[in-house]
Amino acid sequence: MLKINNIEVIYSDVILVLRGVSLEIEQGKIVTVLGANGAGKTTTLKAISGLLRTQEGDITRGSIELDGQRIDKLSPEEIVRRGIIQVLEGRRLFSHLTVEENLQVGAIPSGVSRAKERENIEMVYNYFPRLKDMSRKTSGYLSGGEQQMVVISRGLMAQPRLMLLDEPSIGLAPMLVNEIFEIIKKINQESGVTILLVEQNARVALDIADYAYVMENGRVVLDGPADQLAENEDIKEFYLGLTQVGERKSYRDVKHYKRRKRWLG
Amino acid sequence: MNWELLPQSIINGILTGGVYGLIALGVVLIYKSSEVFNFAQGHLLMLGAFITWWFAGADETGEELLNLNLGFAVIAALIVIFLLGFLVERLALRPMTGQPLLSIVLMTLGMALLIEGLVSIVFGINVKPNFPAPISRIEMFKIPFEYQYNGIIFVQKLRLAAFLVAMFLVIVIGLFFRYTRIGLAMRATSEDHELALSAGINVPRIFGFSWAFAGVIATAGGVLLAMLTGASLTLSTVVLVAFPAILLGGFGIFPRGDHWWHCSWISYRNCQDIHRD
Repeated sequence: MLKINNIEVIYSDVILVLRGVSLEIEQGKIVTVLGANGAGKTTTLKAISGLLRTQEGDITRGSIELDGQRIDKLSPEEIVRRGIIQVLEGRRLFSHLTVEENLQVGAIPSGVSRAKERENIEMVYNYFPRLKDMSRKTSGYLSGGEQQMVVISRGLMAQPRLMLLDEPSIGLAPMLVNEIFEIIKKINQESGVTILLVEQNARVALDIADYAYVMENGRVVLDGPADQLAENEDIKEFYLGLTQVGERKSYRDVKHYKRRKRWLG
Repeated sequence: MNWELLPQSIINGILTGGVYGLIALGVVLIYKSSEVFNFAQGHLLMLGAFITWWFAGADETGEELLNLNLGFAVIAALIVIFLLGFLVERLALRPMTGQPLLSIVLMTLGMALLIEGLVSIVFGINVKPNFPAPISRIEMFKIPFEYQYNGIIFVQKLRLAAFLVAMFLVIVIGLFFRYTRIGLAMRATSEDHELALSAGINVPRIFGFSWAFAGVIATAGGVLLAMLTGASLTLSTVVLVAFPAILLGGFGIFPRGDHWWHCSWISYRNCQDIHRD
């Protein structure tokens, strides 16, 4: 469905952030991109959604294709109209607007009738029943988890085919994270929305994803089916924090820079 | 000081203040949507009044111009100004995207001079006292009030009508922002440009809309004032008088969205720094 071919992204004409990233996302799947801060995950998403240009970023090499058509030169609103919506990091919502108004803003680019919009809002409330009781509340006063729900719901209101979720788990309590990820999975299964999930919380992300990429320093260093990656020794050690149970380790064994070196290639 | 004139002044102040409130709305609209303080707002207002006059009135020699019915003239002027708003966004603002905010603000100052120059070339610099009005300027309500000098407060019917029309428009604009999609999109854009973009809103078009609506509001205010005083180049200075209305009301046009303007200014600077990171 979406193909990113070897893109290179430069901010302000000098800062090289992505050095040849290729991803492939199949229709109806959940694909996750893992990586530490500054690896280029968010930049990759913004390259897809076209938001890069607002930050003086530019795709200088490579291409992005949606169903075989290049979309890397389109404006953000045109990309949304083609069915790709990005949910920004950090639960950014229109905090002065009510929950329902936030959802209505989400419906603007789709240009659906008011009746259809109402139907979609009810559909969203089905996924997040908690929001229904708060529909008239000013969204800025909601709790973090509820705000994240509003933000994902607003994305859904655009009736996307592909949703780009940027760290939906950030700053949330573990129980809420599980709840939200379960709903993401449910959305994917019931509505058939393809999901590209950027995460630092590798455990939950690998749990719901079909396929995973690991990024470091603006490159993809590892990829594979999520269940296989979850078994990978490096992933276990660096992202899941697991070691061989019961085995004692000395500091000599955890010189992780040695192991990372292999990835930096 | 003659306190016996105070009641009359208060009445006049409230009635004219209503129109100033409407005019202030135009400034706030552009400020909220694009962070630009529009110095040309007063000139848009003056231009709107002159265009209406051109459509409806006769010039000082008594020669008839287009001589449309006042209602049609106002509508025609509103359409012209509405389109002009989009033109301003397209020709003046979009090329300046990414420039420092101050440059854009100064661009509006230049635009003010341009409008003033063009108006004085096209329409002449004379006051147009024969601005058409639906009610004669000398018709008054006389309200007996014993503390007033002479015991009577005069309420100019035209001024009262202007006040009522202004209040009506303020309410209509409020409803527009509350219930229409484009109004909602403008409220969303005013809060966070990047977020609005990510939600698929065409932000440049929203800027165009806010200039167009600001022009329409300015024209409405300009026509109301010109009915009372005649159309003149000095109409542009009433926006300075509307400043207190802006500061008192806060720079928020939208309920719950209000900041004092200097706070907004500071937070804007912060946002800019964050976005640069």
